[in-house]
Amino acid sequence: MQITSPYFKEKSSEALKDANLQKAMGNVERGFIDKRANAAANLPEFEALRDRAKEIKDHVLDHLDLYLENYEEKVQETGGRVHWAAGAQDARNIILDICKRANAKTVTKGKSMIAEEIAINEHLERNGIEPIETDLGEYIIQLRGEAPSHIIAPAVHVNKEEVEADFRRSHRHLPPGRNLEDPTSLLSEARSVLRDKFLAADVGITGANFLVAETGTSIIVTNEGNGDLTQILPRVHIVLASIEKIVPTLEDVSQILRVLARSATGQDMSVYTTFSTGPRRAEDPDGPEEYHVVLLDNGRSDMLGTEFQDMLRCIRCGACMNHCPVYNAVGGHSYGWVYPGPMGAVLTPTLIGVEKGGHLPNASTFCGRCESVCPMRIPLPKMMRHWREKEFERHLTPDGMRRGLLLWAWMAKHPKLYHAGSRLVINMLGMIGSRKGSFKRLPLAGGWTEHRDLPVPEGQTFQQQWAARRRNSKVGQAA
Amino acid sequence: MSVSDTNSSPHTTAIETPKNVALFVTCLVDLFRPSIGFASVKLLEDAGCTISVPPAQTCCGQPAYNSGDKADTRDIAMQVIKSFEAYDAVVAPSGSCAAMIKVHYLELFEEGSDWHQRARKLADKTFELTSFLTDILGRNPVTAHFDGVVTYHDSCSGLRELGVEKQPRRLLEAVDGLTLKEMKDSEVCCGFGGTFCIKYPDISNAIVQKKTKNIEDTAATTLLAGDLGCLMNMAGKLKREGSNVDVRHVAEVLAGMTDVPPIGKTRNDKKG
Ligand code: SF4
Repeated sequence: MQITSPYFKEKSSEALKDANLQKAMGNVERGFIDKRANAAANLPEFEALRDRAKEIKDHVLDHLDLYLENYEEKVQETGGRVHWAAGAQDARNIILDICKRANAKTVTKGKSMIAEEIAINEHLERNGIEPIETDLGEYIIQLRGEAPSHIIAPAVHVNKEEVEADFRRSHRHLPPGRNLEDPTSLLSEARSVLRDKFLAADVGITGANFLVAETGTSIIVTNEGNGDLTQILPRVHIVLASIEKIVPTLEDVSQILRVLARSATGQDMSVYTTFSTGPRRAEDPDGPEEYHVVLLDNGRSDMLGTEFQDMLRCIRCGACMNHCPVYNAVGGHSYGWVYPGPMGAVLTPTLIGVEKGGHLPNASTFCGRCESVCPMRIPLPKMMRHWREKEFERHLTPDGMRRGLLLWAWMAKHPKLYHAGSRLVINMLGMIGSRKGSFKRLPLAGGWTEHRDLPVPEGQTFQQQWAARRRNSKVGQAA
Repeated sequence: MSVSDTNSSPHTTAIETPKNVALFVTCLVDLFRPSIGFASVKLLEDAGCTISVPPAQTCCGQPAYNSGDKADTRDIAMQVIKSFEAYDAVVAPSGSCAAMIKVHYLELFEEGSDWHQRARKLADKTFELTSFLTDILGRNPVTAHFDGVVTYHDSCSGLRELGVEKQPRRLLEAVDGLTLKEMKDSEVCCGFGGTFCIKYPDISNAIVQKKTKNIEDTAATTLLAGDLGCLMNMAGKLKREGSNVDVRHVAEVLAGMTDVPPIGKTRNDKKG
């Protein structure tokens, strides 16, 4: 996947002018927010569950090596295999290898952000293997040749009229008269196309929402059931997950599941919560013959013990982006890589480097709404600020900005000079603008006045007036 | 009205009801709208406090802090701590600056260090204005009159970092003649975000446009909030859009000091 994060500013300005995108974003924003709010309000212990979920993950992260070993042991005991992938390339090679050994021609895929992170589809295609997305949203964007714009609703940027056009373009068998106007008919059309693919696939790749150390189980939550067919029907099942997905016990998982769907879609539980443990056993009616788990690190272990460790608690619910005014304005593609919104603003610089991802942690008003809804209580603004600190230290902050800031800071540290200087400027601005109320344009304030007026200062600073008041006061003495 | 000498040393022992209160004016109020500072002084004095304004204050350091310049932020924080730690309480007419002192200064110093302790002590006695009046003084000094329908925007830091939500509304209830009409999404950011609005003007604009629409939809004639940054952003956008809505800091209305023109307007501008 091509990284466009360095062009965040340009991309977001384009997105703001994209009428289709703005329409699609306008439709979804409310839904997610209201549903989450209701779900949270209807569960008295919701806040306590958030605390518990955070504790569970904090504990795991403090003992990650131990739980990963436990997990691997259990997977092996149940007849599966764990493959360790340090980076994206390693993961791609491992998966391609497994597919080649299985003589795979087609691979069905459940929804997986890690698959996006390692760009597995392109890799398989390059090697003559056809990947087929089975999640409706993923299927749509695969038809469109796009990347997901949201971590749980990958096609959230697409309007249904656009989907209809995509289907008519790619499903050649469709009679022109066939109704595809409502979401249900779109869904059944996708289902009918996908059914054969499920049956024909040699390998199924799914992601994992959780990996359970005590049992070696991988868990996916979906609403369409496509994940189940992806992992049960093909001869080989590959679970592709990152190392921080580990949770100690099934009991722990059930706690976190209670906050996951509520935070994501406002559901009590998603429609399917599917557990898979190892390959098919003799007494099982179905299931894969081979069960592989590809565990991706890709920079995550480097986050342990740093100011970014908290980010590894993320359970990819999407609440932070649903509630983000910036995300809702510019959509996910503006962020320019796999992970958008506040969680992406923290994670992306870690994974692709702050040189490329540096815009993202800056493009936040620090309104804090993300943190207030994050089920895992991840201090997202604080971590974005950590990135800004790193950028400042490494002189990655734009030059003009940096110089202006340093000058201002120097003034702020010299109160007498600051007050004398600011008095001058403010008295002057107050005079120039005295008849206007606000400036439509002002030198050096173009960033502000491009879109809004700048209120004219009242004329004298508070400090100036306060000093005068003290001079006039009987009680006070002049300083 | 009593005005204390800021150079005399106020007593340092914490007392039940803080009397000797230092006003953290905030840089924007100092420069752009001193009226908010005087309205705050009036409210605090009416509530029985003695107000000092330490002259060595400039800014809380947020622009440096949010730009990643930790060293300068720390220096500015130390300057603020030194100038304000001797008072019973520190009050700011801004949730964002109060939160900077109350929440973020602690993050600048190593835990267990002397400065961390001093930051902690200052944090414990620093308050946003409406929260100080209601939560700490526990009384409502408001005797103002204001004719009109107002709507209130919850500024982000005050709301989410300090829990300022009911306090201004409770105080506004006591204003004779005032009707509060809530807007949709009053808790959603206005797009100001400090330097954000200059670094990403197009995005900031898209966000504030949603806000001004929600404001206009209430048909309120006056918009109130507790942070001048947000107020200037919303007032500037409303003005650019040709709206007549008046914009004021909540303290101006609570103190009955609405004889000054609204933010961004002159005496001759059309009333909201
Ligand atoms: S950061 Fe929090 S809110 Fe955002 S996706 Fe992760 S868990 Fe959900």
